[in-house]
Amino acid sequence: MKFIGFVIVCLTGALLLYGTGEFPDWGDPASPASIHLSNHYIEKALEETQVPNLVTAVLADYRGFDTMFETAVVFCAGLACFLLLRDFSRKKERFYRHTATGVILHVKDSKKVLKTGKEFEHMDKDWVPSDLIIKTICRILIPFIQIYALYVVAHGDFSPGGGFQGGVIFGSSLILLAISYDLKTLLSRVKEKVLGIFAALGVLIYVGIGAICMPMGGNFLDYVKLVPLVPGDPHHIRALGMLGVEIGVGIAVTAAMAVIYINIVSEGRHDEGL
Amino acid sequence: MTDLLTLIVAKYNYWLYVILMMIGLYAMIAKNNLIKKLVGMNIFQTAIILFYVSIGYKKDATIPIIQNAHGGHDAHAAVIHAADYINPLPHVLMLTAIVVSVATFGVAMALAVRVYQRYQTLEEDEIRMRLVDIGPEK
Repeated sequence: MKFIGFVIVCLTGALLLYGTGEFPDWGDPASPASIHLSNHYIEKALEETQVPNLVTAVLADYRGFDTMFETAVVFCAGLACFLLLRDFSRKKERFYRHTATGVILHVKDSKKVLKTGKEFEHMDKDWVPSDLIIKTICRILIPFIQIYALYVVAHGDFSPGGGFQGGVIFGSSLILLAISYDLKTLLSRVKEKVLGIFAALGVLIYVGIGAICMPMGGNFLDYVKLVPLVPGDPHHIRALGMLGVEIGVGIAVTAAMAVIYINIVSEGRHDEGL
Repeated sequence: MTDLLTLIVAKYNYWLYVILMMIGLYAMIAKNNLIKKLVGMNIFQTAIILFYVSIGYKKDATIPIIQNAHGGHDAHAAVIHAADYINPLPHVLMLTAIVVSVATFGVAMALAVRVYQRYQTLEEDEIRMRLVDIGPEK
């Protein structure tokens, strides 16, 4: 099998390399990809949309319909992880740790639940005492990571960034909390239901902004028709519409990342993670 | 020989992407472990992302963010030349492709977890043996 695979790979690679002979050179300004549509985007996008970041302009305006369904794909991935893995059956054994003495309690009766708080804390089966340094550093870093994520979303129109990137950064800050503390800490701050609602809400914001344009007399996702609803400079209405859909994308991606991580590390039981 | 060398240098981005893509394809075909197959799939996707982004590059051009766009309405009047900015279209396509690849990787991992819960292994040949042992599910 390995040998056959190697032969197939070599043949395919040789064919692809043979094909590259016809391709344009590296960095050629006259390559076919750069002479048709992209010139229009570069020269006219600022005039038409008032957004200097061309990537955002193309992503959220010219190709807005495509991006809407990309967001739906991310939402569906979170949903698929939830449906594949989520296990609502109660776990039989529980472990608690007496914080003052470090004594570990192993509760086998599934009905007995100790109140975790100052005296006892919930514990994973293969628990190791987490490092104070790691916890402190992560506690300091997480708010800054989240502010940076909000900055990346809000400045998507003017500098590199946007909803997808900002959403992933925000989601990774939640994952950092789960790694540095434990999964219970994350889930006590961000409830599973909240994550589910946020993932759906993000897609709804995107679709909603698109749909509002239709009763206002425009096409789907035609932001210009939103002028009567939005105060401020009507000149920048496309930029504001893009900001709106980017916020929706950011919320959906954040929640989907967290749902995927939580379900995979705990095998859907939401009790202990990495 | 020098002809071939200049050809490679002029198109080295394609060589890199083909090599990366073949590493990924080989991992997907020949590796026995499901997680290693997934890693191969991710390398394959990365190769395609590299290919697209390299297509958008233009010599002596800068990133696709219009410069001096904040200087009031006078700056808008300045003519923008397409040759000064690299092609934004491949960036847009790959930006969404990266996020979607992360999401699909998550779903693939979830499936791998389910496979492991059922067969207690991620090795393909062992799973096949166990499928024979267990027989069709009733």
